[in-house]
Amino acid sequence: MKARAFSYFRARTIDEALDAAARSGDEARFIAGGQSLVPALALRLQAPRLLIDINHIDDLSGVTREGEWLRIGALTRHCQMLTEPLIAQFAPLLRAAAPYVAHPAIRNRGTLGGSVALADPASEFPAVVLALGAEMEIAGPAGRRRVGADEFFVDLFETALAPGELLVAVHVPLFRANQRIAFDELARRRGDYALVGCGMIATVEQDLIADIRVALFSVGNVPTRARSVEAALAGACLDADRIAAAQAALDGDLAPDDSDDVPAAMRLHLARVLLGRLLGSLLGRLGETA
Amino acid sequence: MSAPLTSLDRPNSYIGRAVPRPNAKRLLAGRGRYVTDIRLPRMLHAAFLRSSHAHARIISIDAEAARALPGVHLVATGPDLAKICTPWTGTLDHFKGMTSEPQLPLPLERVVWAGQAVVAVVAESRALAEDALELISVDYEELPAVVDLDAARQSGAERVNPAVGSNICFRAQLDSGGVDDAFASALHVIEQDFSFGRHTPVTLEPRAIIADYESESGMLTVHHATQTPYQFQDLYSRHYGIPEARVRVIAPDIGGSFGMKLHVYHEDMAVVGLSMLLGRPVKYVADRIESFVSDIHARDHQVKARMAVDAAGKILAMDVHDVTAIGAFSTYPRTSVVEGNQVIRLIGAPYDFKSYRAALEVVFQNKVQTSQYRAVGHPIACAVTERMVDLAAARVGLDPLAMRANNVIADDAYPTASPTGYKFEALSHQACLERLRRLMDYDALRAEQAELRRRGIHRGIGIATFVEITNPSPAFYGVGGARISSQDGATLSLTPSGEVRCAISVTEQGQGTEAIISQIVADQLGVAQEHVKILTGDTEVTPHGGATWACRGAGIGGETALQAARQLKANILEIAGLILQEQPAALDIVDGQVVGKATQKPRLSVAEIARISYFRSDTLPPGTQAQLTVSHHFAPQGYPFAFTNGIQGCYLEVDVDTGFVKLLKHYVVEDCGRIINPMLVDEQLRGGVVQGLGAALFEECRYGETGQLLNGSLADYLVPMAMEMPDIVIDHVETPTADTILGAKGCGEAGTAAASACVLNAVNDALTTFGASINAIPITPARVLKALNRY
Repeated sequence: MKARAFSYFRARTIDEALDAAARSGDEARFIAGGQSLVPALALRLQAPRLLIDINHIDDLSGVTREGEWLRIGALTRHCQMLTEPLIAQFAPLLRAAAPYVAHPAIRNRGTLGGSVALADPASEFPAVVLALGAEMEIAGPAGRRRVGADEFFVDLFETALAPGELLVAVHVPLFRANQRIAFDELARRRGDYALVGCGMIATVEQDLIADIRVALFSVGNVPTRARSVEAALAGACLDADRIAAAQAALDGDLAPDDSDDVPAAMRLHLARVLLGRLLGSLLGRLGETA
Repeated sequence: MSAPLTSLDRPNSYIGRAVPRPNAKRLLAGRGRYVTDIRLPRMLHAAFLRSSHAHARIISIDAEAARALPGVHLVATGPDLAKICTPWTGTLDHFKGMTSEPQLPLPLERVVWAGQAVVAVVAESRALAEDALELISVDYEELPAVVDLDAARQSGAERVNPAVGSNICFRAQLDSGGVDDAFASALHVIEQDFSFGRHTPVTLEPRAIIADYESESGMLTVHHATQTPYQFQDLYSRHYGIPEARVRVIAPDIGGSFGMKLHVYHEDMAVVGLSMLLGRPVKYVADRIESFVSDIHARDHQVKARMAVDAAGKILAMDVHDVTAIGAFSTYPRTSVVEGNQVIRLIGAPYDFKSYRAALEVVFQNKVQTSQYRAVGHPIACAVTERMVDLAAARVGLDPLAMRANNVIADDAYPTASPTGYKFEALSHQACLERLRRLMDYDALRAEQAELRRRGIHRGIGIATFVEITNPSPAFYGVGGARISSQDGATLSLTPSGEVRCAISVTEQGQGTEAIISQIVADQLGVAQEHVKILTGDTEVTPHGGATWACRGAGIGGETALQAARQLKANILEIAGLILQEQPAALDIVDGQVVGKATQKPRLSVAEIARISYFRSDTLPPGTQAQLTVSHHFAPQGYPFAFTNGIQGCYLEVDVDTGFVKLLKHYVVEDCGRIINPMLVDEQLRGGVVQGLGAALFEECRYGETGQLLNGSLADYLVPMAMEMPDIVIDHVETPTADTILGAKGCGEAGTAAASACVLNAVNDALTTFGASINAIPITPARVLKALNRY
């Protein structure tokens, strides 16, 4: 499979990229790591007339602390989630998820912005961003805006990004000492898309879970907050009964479809198992100092 | 303390030595030259429009816009190629009653599977050819697709070929007699149904071909990623009416084949015709998406089995029924029924019992063709047999290893035959079984399993004994009328500087054929291995031969090389005798030097003999004609097949909440006769085991109700990857065949033959405490959870 012919433009600034996109209407696509777009081009699932290369825009790179937020440039590569000290310190859930994202060669090129903007419901980072309550910084013809993760993921491969808009950065609330994270997924092979995956971040006060955000992936059209689970856990003391209650609550949060190899009931079962295991691991770490 | 000297301590003793493959570094450095790497002057590129329907009538094809696209040189449909290519039919005479429709490169009226090539475009580049494909529209009248195996067998079912009365391709039966009596008298009768999913070989290098027809000379050169260049020389010659001597097939570096690259593919045949129509080289490389819907698939069997066992656990009889679906055509020229045929003939093969009955039914479907793929039929026969043995052991109350020890054919019982008529020269089941017991530390493993089970960790141990068919004689294809050679040929030359050049008809696909041939030649001639150059894979260079399939490279190719090397050595020593005034029988060659046999003292170098013979023949006695090139052919005689045997063990853990299976360790004890290169044999076994483990846990071509392949990409079709593979521990028993001087049998399929059976038994062993049972492959989390009633 060979891609249809397209034009190529290397943008140096965000404005250049936005201008190029505006001139081309919906015939253009931004390309960063290209780990999803290039296969789609080769398979002719997409055939844009113009590729706007944003890899050389300095303003899209870098990880910086801005007050109570960590600003992660959209071009931050997946592999940097494993190496950036600021991410280890202030966004450890991203770091925890990174080893599960595909394989090293893909992590070297793939970008956080690309993964979040594509919003593949089976990908790790969109769900992590959702669990973290991150905010997406978007640049467009009308200027900059920030959209919270709960509003960002709209439907299958559909986000709050309008045509011609560019995801510039992901802002993550700084990780605090009284927070605990857990992440895991069930994949047939290491690096595959998971049958189900889950990331969570809990805020702990004494032995109570003051607040918890739980997001699952590979369970529907979008990365999914498990709000019933969160409600079942918030303000509670975590124990075996509470974990069982949270697992039972999951049925109210998820409505996966049957796929040809994974029946919906099985996916729901796996999600319950995974949730139970993650909460079990959280239970063992509640008393730890961060 | 140093080890005692062995025959391997002699100079040039390469047989039995773990020497690296000479081509490994070159390939690793990216210096391989695959068909994809070849660019010929004026070369064009083909792409194919494929059917979106599993079964449909072609009403019309509109390709005007594609033809008008600049850079497009040809758009061809079925009738264009039918004018120059004669049809082929995938049947063989010795499969009595077998039928299959004639095939052409591109269909004339009907498409019979989703993904079948319908229209060919040839253009300046592959991308341009694909642009043109988007401009072609085909008007189809959709026909009912035959997808479900049971439905396909019903009378009155929709038919793959509406012109014939049923979807049955072939039926066969075996009956040794006495089966009903044995079952009637048996204390235990075990019955079980089995299901084996379709899978596909997934070679690292896809299919690739460049056909280059020169109309001026009438010469066709085909650069072809194939295992069997001579087979294709014959086919291209006969179907396109080109004299055989004007067809040259070159198989350069090949990135894996596993049986997939010896079948006729419609695109490949088409590309030859496209080159003839254009008088220019035409290249076609199947991309991965195309490979999934056009490379052969394999397996896809439903088996019903019964086993009769007496009170002591002795197997008395087996009765099996195998139904297999093969796609819309039987493949050419080897057919699609060999797998089923081997399933019913290999079931029960390791065991000593007399009464056996089997029925085989081969059914057409609107799917990709199935055919020979690594360990043809073996994994199914082995899984059925070995699961039945485990079920019987449980019924009788015997440990699985003890059950096998009680029933395998005794090592001192040879020669003997299986109840299906396979003749066994000498196998070593008992020795292998004892070796495996020690290799696994079986009793300790069982104790560990029991201890962990008390802690809620569910591990399983699986055992599978196997027999493998290698080194086939003409009984395999020749008697059926196929022009597929069971012999091989080699031409050996001493070069003027005293090195050796060996052109041999067996081929190299990454398994090390060239390495072992150079070991054998160097060993037999008495020269250093680095002074032996091996040439393979070119019909213009090597003598005619069967090439590489059915584990015949070492046993038949190796013996060919051995005998050729002995002849060349005799010729060299004859000249040496004349020069040295010695009897040739008193001389030998060691490390490139002619030595006195008694003294082992160097007398004259082989290089000097070459120099004299080639440049100073005037100094040789009058009438001497030095013969420093010999050509030699070898065809297997004696036993129709060189059977090998072995046993595998598997240790794994089942996560009973998720249904995931974690492979912990795999064990193989194998007897392939004389081992030429232990490292390469172990690599073959490990690679084969991994393919079997893929079949056991991951690989399956899943189809939807309308006959669409649902998982035709490497994202969805799961091949085994390194992270999920266990350590594979290997040991050997060596029982050389007496049919050849070399004594080697085959080893390439042994790993695949039994690995999936082992896993099946191990998973069931782990699930014993739950009363759950799985008898389908692949063993997916869905199947495990279903067996455990977890959702």
